[in-house]
Amino acid sequence: MQTLSYWQALNRALEAEMAADDAVIVLGEDVGLYGGTYRVTEGLYAKYGERRVLDTPISEGSFTGLGVGAAMAGLRPVVEIMTINFALLALDALINMAAKIPFMSGGQFSMPLTVRMPGGVAHQLAAQHSQRLEHTLMNVAGLRIVVPATPQDAYWQLRQAIRADDCVIVLEHELLNFDKGPVDETAKAPPPHRATVRRAGRDLTIVSYSRMANQALVAAEQLATEGIEAEVIDLRSLNPIDWDTCAASVRKTGHLLIAEEDSRFAGAGAEISAGLTERCFHSLHAAPMRVAALDLPNPYNKRLEQTCIPQPPDIVAAARALLRDGQ
Amino acid sequence: MERELHIRFLRDMLRARRMEERIAQEYTRGNIGGFLHLYPGEEAVAIGVLAAAEPGDYIVSTYREHVHALARGMPMRSIMAELFGKRDGCSRGLGGSMHLFDAERRFLGGYAIVGETYPVAIGAAYAVMLRGLPEAVICFFGDGAVNQGTFHESLNMAALWKLPVLFVCENNHYQIGTEIHRHSAVTEVYKRASAYNIPAARIDGMNVETVNRHTRDALARVRAGQGPQLLECETYRYRGHSMADPGSYRPAVEVAAYEADDPIAAEMRDLSLHYPDADTLHALGLDSSESLGRRYVENGHLDTAGLEALEADIRAEIEDAVAFALASPEPTLDDAWGALRPGLIHETLI
Ligand SMILES: Cc1ncc(C[n+]2csc(CCOP(=O)(O)OP(=O)(O)O)c2C)c(N)n1
Ligand SMILES: [Mg+2]
Repeated sequence: MQTLSYWQALNRALEAEMAADDAVIVLGEDVGLYGGTYRVTEGLYAKYGERRVLDTPISEGSFTGLGVGAAMAGLRPVVEIMTINFALLALDALINMAAKIPFMSGGQFSMPLTVRMPGGVAHQLAAQHSQRLEHTLMNVAGLRIVVPATPQDAYWQLRQAIRADDCVIVLEHELLNFDKGPVDETAKAPPPHRATVRRAGRDLTIVSYSRMANQALVAAEQLATEGIEAEVIDLRSLNPIDWDTCAASVRKTGHLLIAEEDSRFAGAGAEISAGLTERCFHSLHAAPMRVAALDLPNPYNKRLEQTCIPQPPDIVAAARALLRDGQ
Repeated sequence: MERELHIRFLRDMLRARRMEERIAQEYTRGNIGGFLHLYPGEEAVAIGVLAAAEPGDYIVSTYREHVHALARGMPMRSIMAELFGKRDGCSRGLGGSMHLFDAERRFLGGYAIVGETYPVAIGAAYAVMLRGLPEAVICFFGDGAVNQGTFHESLNMAALWKLPVLFVCENNHYQIGTEIHRHSAVTEVYKRASAYNIPAARIDGMNVETVNRHTRDALARVRAGQGPQLLECETYRYRGHSMADPGSYRPAVEVAAYEADDPIAAEMRDLSLHYPDADTLHALGLDSSESLGRRYVENGHLDTAGLEALEADIRAEIEDAVAFALASPEPTLDDAWGALRPGLIHETLI
C-alpha cells in the first residue's frame, strides 16, 4: 500500500472529489496559484482552473458565507480557512448560517458545505495562532465535526465530508501535516463519525482525538512496559460522538482517561466525560480523569508552550494515578 | 532638508535593516521560533511615519511590527529578548514576534489576525477625543488587510465621529502569495477612503522624506480636529512573506526594480555626495564655492568614515541586544498566570 503524508492524503481526497463532481469547488486564501499554505491544494489550480479553485481576499466572514450561498444554490464548496484562528471571523457564517439554514427552512435546504481548518498548537505560533476551537464548534447543533488523526482518515473523512449534504467541519492539526502513513484509496471507508479502537487493552480506556490520539498511543506503549494495558480510542469525530464504541470499552476496563489538547475548562473532554459517566456510571471504578491543556492562551516561550499542553508523560502519569485511585 | 534629520533617517533605516537581518540569522540558529515576518524594503514607511509622531500618540501595528516598535523608541534589547521568548522581553516572552507591546510608549501592540488594527485604533482614538487632547492614533495595515470587513466598518465610524486617527497602509502589493490585482477590485487603496469622505493620498513609500512630510501634514490635520486621514505608502518587501515563505512567486524583474529603489541606498546617495575637492571649489570661484560648500554641508555630507562609524554603532547595539536576550531568564508559569488577569490583585472573585 502507498504511504502518503497527511497533506498529500487531503490533496488526493480533494482531487478525487473534484474529478468526480463538477459541483465541487475549492476556495480560500492562497489555495490556487500558491498551492495552499500547507500544500493541501497543490496542483488543483493547474488542473481545474481559477473558476473552481478560487484565491480569495482576506475576507473570511464573507467567503465562508459565499460557501453557504453556493451550497444553497447547488454547488459543493470546500472552503479552506487558512488556519482555525481565522475561523473566528467566519463564525457568523458557520454558526448563524450554515448550521441553522437547513433547520430554519424547515428542511428545505441542505448544506453540502465542507469547511477545512488546520489548527492546534504547533511550534511557538503564540496566542492568536495556536487555538483549539473544538469546544466552540461542538456546542453548535447543525454542524458535524471530524478530526482525522491519520493520513488514511484524512483521506476518507474529507471525501465523505464533501459528499455529505450537511455542513461538515474538518479540523486538521497543523503538526500532523507532514506525518506519513498508509493510505488505501480503494478500501471501503468506515462511517465518517465512527470511533476506532487504535489499541486494545484491558486496564483502562483512553479516549482521545486528532494529534493527541497519536500521543495517547505513545503513552500506551510506555504503560505497557509497566504492565498496564491501555485501550486507546480515537474518536475521529466530535459531533456526533460514537458513544457506543467508547461505552463498550469503558464497561470493559472500568477506567476512563480523556486526553485532549484543548483547554480543560468547558472543553471537549468535559462533554466526553459527562456523556460516558452517564452511560457507564456503574461500571466505573474511579471518577473519569482528564488530561488537558492549561486554561491559558498559548504562550510564545517554547518551554511554557510545552508545559501548557499535555505530553505523553502526562498521560502516563494520569493513567497510573487513575488506576491507583480505582484500586 | 537639514543634515541632522537626513542622517537620523539614514541611521534609523540602517539600524532597522541590520536588526532584521540579524533576527533572520537568529531564527536560523533556533534562538527565535514561530512565525517571523521581516521588514527589509519597507523601512522608509515606519521610519518616516514614526519620526513625525509625538510621545503622546498611540501606535497600533500588525505582525510585521519589529521596526515599528524600534522606531517608536522601544529598546532593541526588549524587542530582541521578546523574540527570544525571554522574561525581559517587552511582552515577557509570552507574546513573541507578532505581539510586541509597550504601554509606556503607547505601543498598543502587534496583532496577528489580519484586520484587527483598525478597531483597536478607533477605540484609542475615541478615548483621545473624549479627553480632548491633541493626541493622535497611528494605525498600520497591509494592502491585503483592506478586504477585511473591519476596514470598512472602522473607517466609517472614524469618519462619522471625526476620530483622531491616521490610517497608514503599507502597500507592498502582496497578500502572502496573492498579488494585489488578484485580491482587490480597486488596487489604489487610497481611493477607498473617499467612500467615507476621509482625505487620503497615495505616496512613494520608498522615500523616507516623502513619507515623513506627508505624515506630518496629515497628523497636523488630525490634531486640528479635522478627523481621520489615510496615507497609502507604496512599498515592497524584499523577502518572502515570512521566514517560511521563499517569495518565489514574484517575477525577478519586479524584485530587481524595487531593489534598485532601495530607500536606504537612496538616502545614502543623498548623504554621501562627494565633497568637492579644493581644486573644483577653486575653479568654481570663491563665492560659488562658499555657497556650494554650505549647501553640501546642509545637504548632509556623510563621508566614508562617518558611515562606518554609524554602522559600527549599530553593530554594537545589535550585539548588545542579542547578548542581553541570551542572558535573560525564561518566563515562568507564574508569570503566565499573572499576565492572564493582571487586574486580579485588586479584586476577590469567589
Ligand atoms: C484573518 C486572517 N486571515 C488570514 C491570515 C493569514 N495571513 C497572515 S498575513 C497575511 C497577508 C496579509 O497581507 P497584507 O495585509 O498585505 O500585509 P503584509 O503581510 O503584506 O505586510 C495573511 C493572509 C491572518 N493572519 N489573519
Ligand atoms: Mg501586503
